[in-house]
Amino acid sequence: MTNLFAFPRRIAGLVTVLSALVLAVPAYAEVVFQDVTSPKGINAWLVEDYSVPIITIRFAFEGGSTQDAIGKEGTANLLTALFDEGAGDLDSDAFQTKLDDDGAEMGFAADQDAVYGSMRMLADKREEAFGLLKLAIQEPRFDQNPIDRMRAQIVAGIIASAKDPGTAAREQWAKALFGDHPYARQSQGTEVSLASITADDLRAFKTANFARSNLHVGIVGAIDAKTAGETLDMLFGDLPEKPDLVDVPDIQPTFGKDLFVDYNLPQTAIYMAFPSLKREAPDFYAASLMNQILGGGGFSSRLTDEVREKRGLTYGISSSMMTLKHSNVLLVNTSTRSDRAAETLTVTEDVIARMAKDGPTPEELASAKKYAIGSYAINELSSSGSIANTLVGLQLRGLDIDYINERADLLNAVTIEDVKAVAAKLLSVKPTILLIGPPLTTAENPAPAEPATPSVN
Amino acid sequence: MILKHGLALALVTVLSLPAMAEDTAPDTAIQNFTLDNGLEVVVIPDHRAPIVTHMVWYKVGSADEAPGKSGIAHFLEHLMFKGTVKHPAGELDRLVTEIGGNGNAVTTSDFTTYFQTVPADALATMMDIEADRMRGLVLTDDVIGSERDVVLEERRMRVDGSPQALLQEETTATLFQNHPYRIPTIGWMQEIEQLNRADAVAFYDQYYAPNNAVLVIAGDVEPAAVRTLAEETYGKVPRGPDLPARVRPSEPVQDTKRTVSLSDARIGIPSFSRTWIVPTYRTAEPGEAEAIDLLSEILGGGSRSRLYQQVIVKDGIGASAGASYDGGAYDPSGFTIYGAPQPGHTLPEVEAAVDAQVALLIKDGVTEAELNSAKARYVRSMIFAHDAQASMANLYGSRLASGGTIKDITEWPDRIRAVTAEQVQAVAAKYLNPAISVTSYLLPPETTGAQ
Repeated sequence: MTNLFAFPRRIAGLVTVLSALVLAVPAYAEVVFQDVTSPKGINAWLVEDYSVPIITIRFAFEGGSTQDAIGKEGTANLLTALFDEGAGDLDSDAFQTKLDDDGAEMGFAADQDAVYGSMRMLADKREEAFGLLKLAIQEPRFDQNPIDRMRAQIVAGIIASAKDPGTAAREQWAKALFGDHPYARQSQGTEVSLASITADDLRAFKTANFARSNLHVGIVGAIDAKTAGETLDMLFGDLPEKPDLVDVPDIQPTFGKDLFVDYNLPQTAIYMAFPSLKREAPDFYAASLMNQILGGGGFSSRLTDEVREKRGLTYGISSSMMTLKHSNVLLVNTSTRSDRAAETLTVTEDVIARMAKDGPTPEELASAKKYAIGSYAINELSSSGSIANTLVGLQLRGLDIDYINERADLLNAVTIEDVKAVAAKLLSVKPTILLIGPPLTTAENPAPAEPATPSVN
Repeated sequence: MILKHGLALALVTVLSLPAMAEDTAPDTAIQNFTLDNGLEVVVIPDHRAPIVTHMVWYKVGSADEAPGKSGIAHFLEHLMFKGTVKHPAGELDRLVTEIGGNGNAVTTSDFTTYFQTVPADALATMMDIEADRMRGLVLTDDVIGSERDVVLEERRMRVDGSPQALLQEETTATLFQNHPYRIPTIGWMQEIEQLNRADAVAFYDQYYAPNNAVLVIAGDVEPAAVRTLAEETYGKVPRGPDLPARVRPSEPVQDTKRTVSLSDARIGIPSFSRTWIVPTYRTAEPGEAEAIDLLSEILGGGSRSRLYQQVIVKDGIGASAGASYDGGAYDPSGFTIYGAPQPGHTLPEVEAAVDAQVALLIKDGVTEAELNSAKARYVRSMIFAHDAQASMANLYGSRLASGGTIKDITEWPDRIRAVTAEQVQAVAAKYLNPAISVTSYLLPPETTGAQ
């Protein structure tokens, strides 16, 4: 899944010795984004790079599993398993053999908001590889044998995990947050819904979702703009102009619920959902810096300091902003030995409450900005695949091609008052909390005679 | 999820891919030299972005631990972030963060690796701090208890809460009867609980020295400048005492077929795996590890493999089936086949179908066509490997820290190309004897066996 804040963020104290190291120039200065429009008017972002003789293409059709028909949940997911299972005159075996002979790797995936495709190829096999990708996009066969086989594998996965407490927890969590919204559905589908999906359903989904106006493309590697443009026309030029998508409403998640999946585990998993912000919100950058200081995936965040470093209560605790097209949530999660889960929860809530009340210190904010700015290249542009992913992700978020040059200014413009305000706004709300593990033990409710795990000290 | 001070649970996962060589390489002249104090250095220029990956590989892992001290290699790895006189606890993390980089550390059975990816102009500082903690670590009792609690939580998270991981741990403990690969890298719970400061200091003093390490620097750097920096930083660290040859207790001749089973209420579909101990790149006769790699690919490496095509596609009885080989391990390690049934089919059906494919391959060998396809996949994976700086650094670091050479890597595609169909058949026949193997079953409750 693409997620603007998928990369780890940490805060940093000021270390005087190191001030000379702060980057004066953005590290991604050498990665040049080109805007390419094909003869037929299809747009893509391109990074030309000949240092390794390979080409990577990624693309996304907006829509995703929220477009699954009611009762046919799992359609988008099943569809993505079938693009290398036969296209044009080539059946599954012939297609995969040719793909292998031509040395290309092709992949498709779906999340709630889009269907994604990608291919990585050797530059000297470009024409053969793109030829197969064109077939997959334009003429997938959806033969019954591969449909049945891939469906059976998905069903096997559902059955395999059906008794895991994490599965029940995931379902409860999605229902509690999103109610009847499509985001509450399991995107892999159910045994019943999968059984009802036919080749015609898959074909119809593909026709409705694969169009030019909801397409975003990123290309990276040993290919020039002219060839890239011609390739775009070959791959996508014959798709319909507009998709036929079902409207998906925005949804504000439900907060303040307490969920519990009772299972005798050595650790209790804790999930907390707070409100977050839309990508377009004016205080989005303030929220992202606040999240980074609170628990942004690193080792110096407030949550990591208090829960892991000072108390040894967990191996990991983090907060993250989940920014979907139609909703958003700020998640905090950790896992901790079950007999100290109540303590961990209290410490975590205290750290969050303190952030809500006082916001960060100026030093924390300055460091968070430096990290957010300096880390972009390392986190987002470290390989052809990650660059292509970034190109598509930026387009999906509606950002323009100059964004990476403007991003630092947007972050630097955030004031401490902005962060304090947004912390108070988001973190003062009572979160929805999910616990997976044995019942909490507290002073009023002491540990059972036989604890779930051996005592340590 | 936070992955700090991570731990590779497989014996060696860093180099389980065949990504071990460069072939149709771009113009990147890799440099390799050794400092006077014995530190081996590899420089892999990659000028696509002004970024550098800096790694130190210590030639010590959990399989080098003393009996009763399981987990000390990994615990010390965590403690290595507790600071020195010059750079107090937390400074490295803060510094890496300050410049927008990332860093971490990993312990396996064979290595302990510390790494950062940072803007290229921060390399000197990374080298300064990493060199400083090679001998300058300060451990006080007050950091030991809480960090040990963190490690205990890590064990609960990775192993104790997962039936798959518990079974894997005990399968490995059964596969190896004498070699310390039988002991999990994270350590046994009751032994981690007893690890203390003295254990950590003793392990550190024994193994952390320039002459027991490999420095890998991949990125936007000039080898000559790196050499100068290395001499100014790591070069000042005194050479440690010569370590004895790295010889771990070896496996006796194995004679039995052993079975390990775990039933758990969370398991919805049963599965099995069968594992043999086979040579690895460091220990094999010339060409043999390459042949085993190709055997693994042809038998069970993805959707073009025999197991996938027969058990899942043609028979339609398997939900999964495949094979894997851990050729990067320092000592002989595992070759595994595995499978799970589709709903409506049974585990014994799948197990028999997987076994039939092994038997068929041993009897009739492999075709030239499938051999050539597997070779082509491996050779092109080398080209793709150049796309990610960190994977190149891993590739060279793991090989050299195993006592290998640059040549081992650059010539690997040629050695793969030279493998014959007869050699693949021969290693299958030699090593995949079902009468001497370890089979593990992961089962739903109330199932007493796989018969």
